[in-house]
Amino acid sequence: MKLSGTEIIVECLKKEKVEVVFGIPGGAIMPLYDTIYQKATFTHILTKHEQGAVHAADGYARATGKVGVCIATSGPGATNLVTGLANAYLDSIPIVAFTGQVISPLIGTDAFQEVDIIGITLPITKNNYLVMDIKDLAPIIKEAFYLARNGRPGPVLIDLPKDIQLAQTEFHYPENYRCSGYQPKWKGNLNQIKKAAQAIQEAKKPIIYGGGGIINANASEELREFVQKTNIPVTTTLMGLGSFPAEHPLSLGMLGMHGSYYANMAISEADLIIALGTRFDDRVTGNAKNFCPQAKFIQVDIDPAEISKIIRVDIPIVGDLKYVLTKLIQLVEPKQEKDWLNRIATLKENNPLKYRKDNHLRPQYIIEKLYELTKGESIIVTDVGQHQMWVAQYYRFGHPRSCISSGGLGTMGFGLPASIGAQIGCPEKRVICIAGDGGFQMNIQELATAIHNKVPLVVLIMNNGYLGMVRQWQELFFGKRYASTSLEGSPDFAQLVQVYGGKGIRVSTIDDFNSALVQALSERQFFLIDCLIPPEENVFPMVAPGEPINKMLGGNES
Amino acid sequence: MKHTIAILVKDHPGVLARVASLFNRRRFNIDSIAAGHSEKKGITRITIVTEGDDNILEQITKQLNKLVDVIRVRDLPKEASVERELALIKVSTKSTDQRTEIMQLVDTFRGHIVDIDKQALTIEVTGTEDKINAKLKLLESFGILEISRTGKIALARGAQRILN
Repeated sequence: MKLSGTEIIVECLKKEKVEVVFGIPGGAIMPLYDTIYQKATFTHILTKHEQGAVHAADGYARATGKVGVCIATSGPGATNLVTGLANAYLDSIPIVAFTGQVISPLIGTDAFQEVDIIGITLPITKNNYLVMDIKDLAPIIKEAFYLARNGRPGPVLIDLPKDIQLAQTEFHYPENYRCSGYQPKWKGNLNQIKKAAQAIQEAKKPIIYGGGGIINANASEELREFVQKTNIPVTTTLMGLGSFPAEHPLSLGMLGMHGSYYANMAISEADLIIALGTRFDDRVTGNAKNFCPQAKFIQVDIDPAEISKIIRVDIPIVGDLKYVLTKLIQLVEPKQEKDWLNRIATLKENNPLKYRKDNHLRPQYIIEKLYELTKGESIIVTDVGQHQMWVAQYYRFGHPRSCISSGGLGTMGFGLPASIGAQIGCPEKRVICIAGDGGFQMNIQELATAIHNKVPLVVLIMNNGYLGMVRQWQELFFGKRYASTSLEGSPDFAQLVQVYGGKGIRVSTIDDFNSALVQALSERQFFLIDCLIPPEENVFPMVAPGEPINKMLGGNES
Repeated sequence: MKHTIAILVKDHPGVLARVASLFNRRRFNIDSIAAGHSEKKGITRITIVTEGDDNILEQITKQLNKLVDVIRVRDLPKEASVERELALIKVSTKSTDQRTEIMQLVDTFRGHIVDIDKQALTIEVTGTEDKINAKLKLLESFGILEISRTGKIALARGAQRILN
């Protein structure tokens, strides 16, 4: 039996076990929407902007580990996906995006709502496809889902000319996918793993530096087991938060620009750095030339191009982290470097994260209180900026996929739509969105999507009336000239949410916040708490740009 | 240091754009680029001459390998490969004497005259980049009107192939 292009798409999505898609219709994608209307087995969530759709698909993917799917029309619909695709690309998040395209004879003529989305998204997708023959459609979709989720995950885009959507062909979905070019190396080289085990055995001051790759590889259990056996302290990147429980005595929390003082000191003193699924980003290394020059490096990554990209490592291992860690656990002898562990304990004890505890409602307190009440069992979705760093510092993540944050791209406006996706993917979980008053307004239109679809988010706005992180840098590095960072003119978010039909409350004292949060967590509906926090609160400690990471402002007790 | 890299890619529309875009975005240099059919149907061979140290070469190779349409990437070291470039050089000729002089010169360096006109001669030269540069220098004094060069292509010496 022959199927139309759009029927093929719907069938393929069924085969890929897609449960929900996010998107907005428009001229060039109408045939697909017509088929979804009649035949889809999945839910479609209409967002209010295509950027909301792609971030929602992203949040869904991060929370569930499944591929997120989004749909947009040609031209402006497609270009509105760009930020979200770049966001997913930099954080290695599996997404398949479908875009409408003008009919194939009109491609290249600057037709109405035509844009070269393939050219535009070339450097921000793992791969992309313009379907020019209906017979290619099913194999392309198969390949797209394979590429999105295998190896180093990432976003893939499929551009669908309207006439291809309407054309018909016999439907056959390939069972297996084979690519002559792209073949991720899953098994790490055993000799290299043996070398790593040897280096671990010999190290006196080893440290694990973990990233988002641990979460992508679902290797948290293995990491914990490995640490159990070797007693090596663990610090993670922002993307790695949740991969190792913060309450574990060997956890050092996050490292880097706003990492803990003790994490940065510990890694600077280490003689062996075990980098797991992480890419030596400049927010972590500071000036990479001065990053732990005395240490030996082991690096494990599924992507060979990340090995020795920034820092030449001594023992590279290309492979899946779950596989490599399992092998390493078998190969290493139990060990416990007493002197080093004492040093770590001293560093932690003498240099705790700290903030001023007075009667002001401070953002650090808000996060601590949230942790106390949720016991780390929630999914926390952040936006980007100061609040994101406070969350990273003060929320003690205990589980993988419980910290959802835009790391590589640092996309303001990510939080609200991503939390919608996360909550839809994990309906039984409590999802909490934390955003600043700046970033929240960058995709504020998705309030309608959340509230209309009865997505029971708790949203905490850290409202300081500024683009806070930029203001902090202006204060520290630009002579306090607050150029265009005041957010005067913002609405009362609590009232605004009420207009949309949700619950909202504005608080400015510790007591009011406490009772609002207790109430929000006791209910199961959209509940926003607009927290008025001190306008000029800063994120400390911090590494100034260009400095090595053991030179921190506001770090130790001095 | 200069490197010659052979890249086998699937003959898909846009594949050259993917390769070029990668070089551009990651600030890798392209000295020359040449593309054409390979011995296997559906596979195009691209030869890129680039410049950089070992680290850069390693990154170029790894990043190219990440492109789904890329099948193989090989660095072809100068001492272990045969390299050629083809150039068409149009030289102006003002007199019969001059024309004879050029023709003798071309004969000596084993070039070919491929087009003759009252005012100009077009010369075909193949060889290594150095050889072509030397010929161009010789012809300079006559007045070069136009040059078209293919960019370098190369094969490894001996029986070995990139694709098995």
